[in-house]
Amino acid sequence: MIRYLAGRAAQSALVMLIMSFLVYGLIGLMPGDPIDLMLSADPRLTPEDATRLRALHGLDRPIGERYLAWLAAAAQGELGYSRLHAQPVTAVLASHLGHTLALLGTSFVLAIAIAVPLGVAAARRPRGFLDHTVNLCCFAGISVPPFWLALLLIMAFAVGLGWLPAGGLRSPGGDGGWTDRLAHMVLPVATLTLASVAGYTRFVRAAMIEALRQDFVRTARAKGAGEGRVLVRHALRAALVPVVTIVALHFGGLVSGALVTETMFAYPGMGRMIYDAIMGNDFNLALAGLVLATVVTLLANLAADLAYAALDPRVNLARDAK
Amino acid sequence: MAIEPPRQATTSRPASLRRALGRAVAVAFLIVALAAPEARARDQLVIGISQFPSTLNPLIDAMVAKSYVLAMARRPVMAYDKDWKLVCLLCTEIPSFENGRAKRETLPDGRTGASLRLTLDPRANWGDGKPVGAADVVFTWEVGRHAQTGVGDFETFRRILKIDVVDDKTVVLHLDRVTFKYNDLAGFELLPAHLERAAFQDPAQYKTKTLFDTDPTNPGLYAGPYRIAEIARGSHITLVPNAGWWGPPPAFKRVIVRAIENTAALEANLLSGGVDYVAGELGLTLDQALAFERRHGKKYRVQFKPGLIYEHIDLNLDNPALTDKRVRQALLLALDRAALNERLFAGKQQAAHSFVNPLDMAYDPQVKIYPHDPARAAQLLDEAGWRKGPDGMRRNAQGQALQFDLMTTSGNRMRELVQQVLQSQWRAAGIEVRLKNEPARVFFGETVRQRKFPAMAMFAWVSAPENVPRTTLASTHIPSAANNFAGQNYTGFRNAEVDQLVDRIELELDRAARQSLWKRLQAIYAEELPALPLYIRADAFVVPPWLGGIQPTGHQYPSTLWIENWRAE
Repeated sequence: MIRYLAGRAAQSALVMLIMSFLVYGLIGLMPGDPIDLMLSADPRLTPEDATRLRALHGLDRPIGERYLAWLAAAAQGELGYSRLHAQPVTAVLASHLGHTLALLGTSFVLAIAIAVPLGVAAARRPRGFLDHTVNLCCFAGISVPPFWLALLLIMAFAVGLGWLPAGGLRSPGGDGGWTDRLAHMVLPVATLTLASVAGYTRFVRAAMIEALRQDFVRTARAKGAGEGRVLVRHALRAALVPVVTIVALHFGGLVSGALVTETMFAYPGMGRMIYDAIMGNDFNLALAGLVLATVVTLLANLAADLAYAALDPRVNLARDAK
Repeated sequence: MAIEPPRQATTSRPASLRRALGRAVAVAFLIVALAAPEARARDQLVIGISQFPSTLNPLIDAMVAKSYVLAMARRPVMAYDKDWKLVCLLCTEIPSFENGRAKRETLPDGRTGASLRLTLDPRANWGDGKPVGAADVVFTWEVGRHAQTGVGDFETFRRILKIDVVDDKTVVLHLDRVTFKYNDLAGFELLPAHLERAAFQDPAQYKTKTLFDTDPTNPGLYAGPYRIAEIARGSHITLVPNAGWWGPPPAFKRVIVRAIENTAALEANLLSGGVDYVAGELGLTLDQALAFERRHGKKYRVQFKPGLIYEHIDLNLDNPALTDKRVRQALLLALDRAALNERLFAGKQQAAHSFVNPLDMAYDPQVKIYPHDPARAAQLLDEAGWRKGPDGMRRNAQGQALQFDLMTTSGNRMRELVQQVLQSQWRAAGIEVRLKNEPARVFFGETVRQRKFPAMAMFAWVSAPENVPRTTLASTHIPSAANNFAGQNYTGFRNAEVDQLVDRIELELDRAARQSLWKRLQAIYAEELPALPLYIRADAFVVPPWLGGIQPTGHQYPSTLWIENWRAE
């Protein structure tokens, strides 16, 4: 097992290195730089100012040279300074990551908690009334664009009924208590949950239908196991293997944020942060955000592999690593 | 002597009184309950804008959101007001040759410079009680002119050769030249020397050590009616009254600036009460504001203020067809810009006839106007050798079609609509126009900056009052690989007289004489048409009926510089 984990760690390090180089290169290839943004915002800036500022921020140096300098600093744990936020990158990351984990973590847990029982229930009687109803809701959920759903929820619950705030982290000027924060999370969490529960339900349903057709399920029933036991202990356990793969892939998204939902609800999360950093040529922040998302995705995949071994006795990681 | 009231009446009073009192209390509770949220809301103003500021240091980086927020908490030495006049905000009087505070002086190299005697308002204090003084002026100049600090507007500081301190509140600035803007210190934003000097020990590290970013709620950083009390990055900034403020007391106990990037969400927040007022400087787009006014015009006042934003089409004068002035003039004559304004902008964005805003003193009301004149456009194109074929499109003698690519920023709904209208109007004149749009970053970062647009680039110039168009019109500012694409003369316009006029305007101090130079410059521009003027863009301020005193300026000095005049009415 240790050998397996060491191998995966080495692979992950290589992937991160390649990823950081690609991200840096891609941002560098984008036309324009932050100085162009400054020029458009301040009519008093002269072309000479632009040249001076480009030199000061190192934007006139070759991209390879800048990448190596960043890599050397990052290797020593120095992620640098975010130009857009005027803060150290670690401080910006910590703040946005916390907000995103609270938002996406809640919706992720809720989505799984809703999708698994729904998928199992739908799979019990394929083409039955419940299955049709669940499928209909799922297709609707998959088809609805998150920005539209967000706007709909805002118009209904914030503008129309006035029950919930339309966005933000907490009431500006309010006490910032947990009930206030919770109220601000309801609509974005609902948007994200509704958007993702449909997909998860479809995966669980499909995996369960496949599992319920297997011989071991028939055998379990023949041996007199109750329906609940057959469903949960036998079929669901087998069905979870493909579902875990999907969930693990989505888990990486917990860190890279939900750009559309965060933008619609003016929520300062990782999605908006990474987007703004890329568009604003904030290399340090964009790189740190994307590399962090890569690390979490790699870790989630590792966790998924470990979960396979736990769920499926045929999988032996120690043996496979040889 | 008093008449005793009838006893019977008094005996029956307690029961009815109790009932009446009970009713009164109930009604009072109801009134208080209904009125309380309103009363609370009037103590606090929540402003919605569509951008969150990055650094709060007034000298580093240029960002509209930062200017907007800082204008509530700080005061530049001087600024342009709503009438586009330069006014003192931290000084007592604008130095001028007329009032004797400015004097010409000969520089060591023989050139003529000027000295300005500047006196700071004796009442002006930082929020921690320390006076705003001469030491702050000198320190700010040191920071501003240091090449390593990352200050954007270097020119404001570089032109000051030396500063003599006369007393705690008076300094004499020695300038390296005398231009008509010799006394314009609008970009001079003072830094509190007593707090910021430590961060300036290593100038190269100043931009990461400045207290505006490491300790932004320090009251000593602010000398405006408000100070920043809380920053929730990416979400909102809270301002409270500044104890050290010497001017009229501001009306609100708390001002919160909320950043909501998506303008549809910004509108929803306004309707749901999450935001009281949407700032015009950084708020709804014009089409959104017009739609909002139609739907909610009774509940909100939507003010449209034409600004120093000049929407136009830069023509690439290296394009063979566009080298002919008659073709450029025909392009403008073929457009019905008045109809465009009426149909797309509900008349809120007037057609532009010059690169100078009509509100600017430099504007020439007699400037040549190109009305919609398809017949004259056709005549000019015929004369230029572009004749209509059987398919209605124009071709030259070699059979080449008169066609251009019109480029702009993709995703900008208003510009895309304008593009389509222009395309159809030009098609009617026999000119084929292909629309080719790019994301703003690609468009401005490469296509326009490196003059890669083959024919037409539609965008806006944002300028300052009486802004000399040196970088956009002088032949020395045509971007090329040789000059590392410095300059903003993207059309490639070369005109010796314009080059001279730009120099002369800068050095002409007499207002009337300068106006005649501006007149000539605009006449050449209107005749040569290196760019096609489209319209003057307007900002939309969505104001609740109870909020008064907001006076949009239309230039880069935001309305919040006079927030002490805002009132809940």
